[in-house]
Amino acid sequence: MMQKLKRKLNGLRRSPRSVIAVLFAGLIVVGSGYTAVNASVSSERTVEYTKEDIEYGKKLFLSNCASCHGKNAEGTANGPSLIGVGAASVDFQVSTGRMPGAASGPQLQVKPVQFTEEEIHAMAAFVASLGAGPSVPDAAYLQANGDPTKGGELFRINCAMCHNAAGAGGALTEGKYAPSLDNSSPKIIYEAMVTGPQNMPVFNDANISPEEKNDIITYLVYLRESASVGGEELGGLGPVVEGLVSWFGLLGIIIAITIWLGAKSN
Amino acid sequence: MSSTSNQPKKNNFLAGTANYVDERLGVAGVLKEFGRKIFPDHWSFMLGEVALYSFLVLLLSGTFLTFFFDPSMTEVVYDGVYAPLKGAHMSIAYASSLDITFEVRGGLLMRQVHHWSALLFVAAAGLHMLRVFFTGAFRKPREMNWVVGFVLFVLGMGAGFTGYSLPDDLLSGNGLRIIDGMIKGIPFIGTWISSFLFGGEFPGTSIVPRLYSLHIMLIPALILVFLAIHLVMLVVHKHTHYSGAGKKDTNIVGYPLMPVYVAKAGGFFFIVFGVIMLISSFFTINPIWNYGGYDPSPVSAGTQPDWYIGWLDGALRLAPTGMEFMIGDFTVSMNILLPLAVSLIFLALVAVYPFIENWITGDKREHHVLDRPRNAPVRTAIGAAGVMFYAILWAGASTDLIATQFKMSLNQVLTAMQISLIVLPIVSFMVTKRICLSLQRKDREVAIHGRETGRIVRLPHGEYIEVHEPLNEYELYKLVDYKDYQPTLARPNAAGKITVRARIRASLSKFYFKDRVSPATQSEIEEARHHAEEIEQEVQKAIESAK
Ligand code: HEC
Ligand code: HEC
Ligand code: HEM
Repeated sequence: MMQKLKRKLNGLRRSPRSVIAVLFAGLIVVGSGYTAVNASVSSERTVEYTKEDIEYGKKLFLSNCASCHGKNAEGTANGPSLIGVGAASVDFQVSTGRMPGAASGPQLQVKPVQFTEEEIHAMAAFVASLGAGPSVPDAAYLQANGDPTKGGELFRINCAMCHNAAGAGGALTEGKYAPSLDNSSPKIIYEAMVTGPQNMPVFNDANISPEEKNDIITYLVYLRESASVGGEELGGLGPVVEGLVSWFGLLGIIIAITIWLGAKSN
Repeated sequence: MSSTSNQPKKNNFLAGTANYVDERLGVAGVLKEFGRKIFPDHWSFMLGEVALYSFLVLLLSGTFLTFFFDPSMTEVVYDGVYAPLKGAHMSIAYASSLDITFEVRGGLLMRQVHHWSALLFVAAAGLHMLRVFFTGAFRKPREMNWVVGFVLFVLGMGAGFTGYSLPDDLLSGNGLRIIDGMIKGIPFIGTWISSFLFGGEFPGTSIVPRLYSLHIMLIPALILVFLAIHLVMLVVHKHTHYSGAGKKDTNIVGYPLMPVYVAKAGGFFFIVFGVIMLISSFFTINPIWNYGGYDPSPVSAGTQPDWYIGWLDGALRLAPTGMEFMIGDFTVSMNILLPLAVSLIFLALVAVYPFIENWITGDKREHHVLDRPRNAPVRTAIGAAGVMFYAILWAGASTDLIATQFKMSLNQVLTAMQISLIVLPIVSFMVTKRICLSLQRKDREVAIHGRETGRIVRLPHGEYIEVHEPLNEYELYKLVDYKDYQPTLARPNAAGKITVRARIRASLSKFYFKDRVSPATQSEIEEARHHAEEIEQEVQKAIESAK
């Protein structure tokens, strides 16, 4: 019975007709999957911007950003073009304090935030009006109510090589680095993924769907908010710090005790 | 005190039992010998003991872990209490480590105790080794025991590495992957060894159970055997002591092992145990739940081994790139072979150092009085260079953390370390040697002229002098008690030829002993004392006449 079935399957597999059939089925699956993903990309709800927002944003932009990015955000020698970077990029850059940029070192630094939420909203509106790009994420994906297991897996596969498995951050080449994610809000995490700031790659919705982004956010928020089970975490930096503690903590304390006991007995 | 009489003491349970055992096994002789072994008192002599006691803690906590740990690599779906991994596919090894952590009562504490004591074990052994090196305690008759100790240190590294790989989390898998890569980089046999070790292609399903056998059976058993040899040799050789009046190469000064020392040691075990418990209760180590189960695709930034493997990782990282070349169809991966060779040579030099030094000095006498490090300037300087070399390789394992924590460029940190690896050991050799020589000169000065008192006196003829106070016998002894080796010359052998061997030996001897400060001799000291007395008389006379 099994043997017969196997032979039949083998025969099928070998015939050119079945090859075509399989190819065709594959195409349908891939094609419809792609359309579905594309649909989800374009169906993403966008925050509405009014004309006043854009006007106000333009004013702010001219006085704060145009020196580097140009009057029409077309880019200059000091800063890239912002046409098509989207509202998410502006929101990410300005609300983490990276923008307005200050020339320093190999990577733009996070600085104290210089604008209010309304101002950031307005500048995002202005930049969004210049060309389509990722928009500020829908609050539905920022609830940290997804699946932390899936999020953890996605994080380890897509992000840990730069940000470390526990999100503690890590070094890149030439003085660049991936920062620690301990203080990044869900919105910032989401926007970082869709805009790919500086040396971080873009993870668009075809790579990691909005739900999966929410899973990642859920995982990171869980890591941050759950109390450390094993005691003081030593910065999440792993074996190097553990080694230092074993020498200067453990062995150091024991030697200090021996010396103290020796001094006492004499 | 152990009783040695053959008459069983009545109404004394302990003595009765001891006698019962002795009459059947004849252990009293051994115990008596062991019990009368003299053990001197100095904190640096306790380092080996710290290692011993942390090993005991490892045995105890490790046994606890074996009750719950399952090394199988069969895949399961996690269904434990740790939410961010619920439903994840993982090996049974990782799942059982998570269960130990979150569900076994006291399990997390025991894991932390086991891991912290592992780090302490190797650290204490390492520092103990340095103490033995810098005080010259490895000299005859203790050369073999140095080698045994060295083997223990390497076994400790092996135990640690195999243990680190057991939980099968992301970090341990990353570590194994590096080892796999290193093995595969060895020409001809590399791929074969790798597939033998992993039972096929990395990671396979055999490596964790295999490492487990090594970790809980073979390596601890070897450590126990070598520890036993180490301790028996210690009893046979007796302990060394620091130099001082009455301390000679022919005697040992200290407390007898029984009962004073054993009581102290028992107490000390609990101190070590207590400190380990304290640190383990308050500080996380190896939070495997953060890393996730091993899966060959993800790699985490900041992947580091435990500290004692760090120097090997550092050697790999610091190796210059672009050195590989082809022989026929084979790529010779020098970026793996070079660090491998450097590490092995370094270890080999550490292992055989006592024999090298002995060959150079040609000293056949037994040594039980320790050297003060300054009195062996070149040895001390070699030690300092070695420590520096090791330390830079060690730091090399954390180039990425140094770069991020101190906001530097990873590439510059790497280059700086590559240069330091060559330059700093040489610098520390020279600086250490200079410091030793000048300390020796100062000792000589003090031995001859006594201690400065800060009392300035003007003599009748107008000269100002500072009055020096002579040292007492005890202080003096410590300053002059060392052997002053002279460089040996290459002598012709029986056939009248100067062999290459003899030449090498002579030039090494010159390297060791050409700059030296001989200890103050008795006549120098007496002459100086005589002179000092004359001055003192003159001073007294001057004071008299002034009155
Ligand atoms: C000192 C010059 C300077 C100023 C002022 C400045 N920027 Fe930038 N900005 C840069 C540079 C340089 C980059 C490119 C960073 C990189 O990718 O390395 C950048 C990048 C950006 C990006 C990301 C572009 C992308 O590809 O996603 C945004 C958005 C942005 N800036 C917005 C602003 C806004 C809004 C302001 C005003 C509040 C501003 N910048 C002010 C220099 C500047
Ligand atoms: C190639 C390395 C790389 C990868 C992979 C990567 N990142 Fe980043 N990430 C960076 C760098 C570099 C920055 C800093 C960019 C900057 O300062 O403009 C960054 C910044 C961020 C920030 C902003 C942190 C803050 O609060 O300022 C977040 C959030 C973030 N990444 C999340 C992620 C997530 C989530 C993933 C995986 C889906 C990921 N990153 C993958 C390199 C990476
Ligand atoms: C000789 C010195 C030893 C050293 C240096 C050592 C080191 C280690 C290390 C570093 C780990 C990883 C721990 C973790 O973070 O989970 C480990 C795990 C383990 N060790 Fe040891 N160990 C030693 C001896 C022993 C002995 C004697 C036993 C058993 C009798 C043992 C049993 C175990 C077990 C079962 C694990 C896995 C438990 C887990 O990962 O949760 N070890 N060891």
